[in-house]
Amino acid sequence: MFSHLILGLRSAGLPASITEYMTLMAAMKANVAEYSVDDFYYLARATLVKDERHLDKFDRVFAHCFKGIEPEEGVNPQDLPVEWLKKLAEKMLSPEEMAKLEAMGGFDALMERLKELLAEQKSRHQGGSKWIGTAGTSPFGAHGANPEGVRIGQDKSRNRTAVKVWDRRDFKDLDDTVELGTRGMKLALRRLRRFARQGAATELDLPDTIKSTANNAGMLDLKMVAERHNTVKVLLFLDVGGSMDDYVKLTEELFSAAKSEFKHLEYYYFHNFPYERVWKNNRRRHEEVIPTWQVLRTYGPDYKMIFVGDAAMSPYEITMAGGSVEHWNEEAGVTWIERLCGHYRRSAWLNPTPQKSWGHVRSITMVNDLMEGRMFPLTVNGIDEMTKELSR
Amino acid sequence: MAGFKSTERYIASRDLEVAVNAAVTLQRPLLVKGEPGTGKTVLAHEVAGALGYPLIEWHIKSTTKAQQGLYEYDAVSRLRDGQLGDERVHDIGNYIVRGKLWEAFEADAPVVVLIDEVDKADIEFPNDLLLELDRMQFFVYETRKTIVATHRPVVIITSNNEKELPDAFLRRCFFHYIRFPDRETMERIVQAHYPDIKKDLAREALNVFFQVREVPGLKKKPATSELLDWLKLLMVEDMPVETLRSNEKQVVIPPLYGALLKNEQDVHLFERLAFLARRGG
Repeated sequence: MFSHLILGLRSAGLPASITEYMTLMAAMKANVAEYSVDDFYYLARATLVKDERHLDKFDRVFAHCFKGIEPEEGVNPQDLPVEWLKKLAEKMLSPEEMAKLEAMGGFDALMERLKELLAEQKSRHQGGSKWIGTAGTSPFGAHGANPEGVRIGQDKSRNRTAVKVWDRRDFKDLDDTVELGTRGMKLALRRLRRFARQGAATELDLPDTIKSTANNAGMLDLKMVAERHNTVKVLLFLDVGGSMDDYVKLTEELFSAAKSEFKHLEYYYFHNFPYERVWKNNRRRHEEVIPTWQVLRTYGPDYKMIFVGDAAMSPYEITMAGGSVEHWNEEAGVTWIERLCGHYRRSAWLNPTPQKSWGHVRSITMVNDLMEGRMFPLTVNGIDEMTKELSR
Repeated sequence: MAGFKSTERYIASRDLEVAVNAAVTLQRPLLVKGEPGTGKTVLAHEVAGALGYPLIEWHIKSTTKAQQGLYEYDAVSRLRDGQLGDERVHDIGNYIVRGKLWEAFEADAPVVVLIDEVDKADIEFPNDLLLELDRMQFFVYETRKTIVATHRPVVIITSNNEKELPDAFLRRCFFHYIRFPDRETMERIVQAHYPDIKKDLAREALNVFFQVREVPGLKKKPATSELLDWLKLLMVEDMPVETLRSNEKQVVIPPLYGALLKNEQDVHLFERLAFLARRGG
């Protein structure tokens, strides 16, 4: 019945399962949603999404799947109070513009035209020069360039119901900002170490032995545990060359700190953005390239993936095939980073540039979005936050 | 149909109502996440109140084991009784201590179980409760008995997102993320808690509150519970409204800020901003 919703969710990378889908069906049958589309949206969200990181994705897929199901909630001309529009126009327009408006036939003429158009127009519209919609040059609509424009649908005070809940995308930014502090870098990295016991039982576990002996009413019961192993596996991708040269020292500091902390640490270099090839030895970067596919095959999803890079580049290097500055890449950087992040569930991006300036560089924002907000500054607290995120 | 709705004291958004009603109707656990102080724990109390069920609270700590929610076998006292020659020692059932879930399963009427801050426990904790929460039954090895819930309890689980929960566990739950309330909802919440608060005091306090939340770089943004505490303080101290007023651009340190800002870095940040604002303005 709603199989296209769950299929859409799964292809968008949301881990929705058959069990959850069946639960949704059962809830529908039990009449929880009570025939309201909004309630169905809430119900589907509570059933299929289990992590707030996925809420925005869900909203997008839902909007796509159920486009047109909701009865058209266009603006009814009778419902638009003239005084309200007038007030809005006075607030929005400068005196000169008001004079221009008068030249066009005055406010009332404008309103008449609006009513005509509203009656004529049936669907949502964007661009163009006649219909009411967004970003156009027609006098009506939002974000327009026409000085006589009437803004419709942007102000939430009146037409609230016209915006569907899932179109609002409330969960776009559920991220917190990263803070700075004073603790040592090595200390932060140590957080990554999570002691876990694996392998054969070789050590005597004294507390457990005492406990089980007591449980055994005094008969000796020896208990063994596995030896302590540091099981954290890390895959490092380091950006070299280009805009990163300033940060090589910082990166090396992190790198040497990291090397002593993990049992398994693999590192690869890339330039600006990871594409289909990486390399291990920076001096021989052109002779010894390793296909990224090979990296994906070699290291399992239990590795934690950390990129270190300033993510400063032209947006084309991320979004377009052939966008790389060094070579022709068949697939866009976006595809590669999504592939990597899909394979390695625990991943993060460390950025040595100050966090304050991230907003000014478009590619940094793009990479941060691609990493779902898991970009951290290369400072002690940034690393602390990163390790917390990686070891969750 | 069982109905959970906003009450006079607890303002629930429509999506929360739907999620709670779905969980109650299908008798599945409801997992609630959200910023600290947005009323996750209070929700369980309100649901219990709305449905008229008693509430059983199980607060999770880092040392809590899943087994403790079911039952514990007190071997030490049995050993002692054995040495003293107590008659009770022959029945192992005398040394089984019931846990919160057992209590809930054997209750005469349906109950609401709150498993609070499930993310505080060990990473395996949720996995150990899968079957118990799914089938609402468990097996007691010592007495060879299976405990089955007479009435499936309404289970509400809260998480502060410190640890990620396993997929198998999530698949069995309904999920709701409590968003931070917008201004309108916040006004309703304040009204619900302090019906006799002065209108202008509430308005100015909310202005300051949302301004504080806007300040970039705060370690811990104040949430609903902090706001309510602060308002209460303001009312008790009978603060004049004027102390809260500031013009739009300027940041002032709010009076009695201790209720809103919870660590010294944030207070320091505020003092610096206020200093800059004074110098600039």
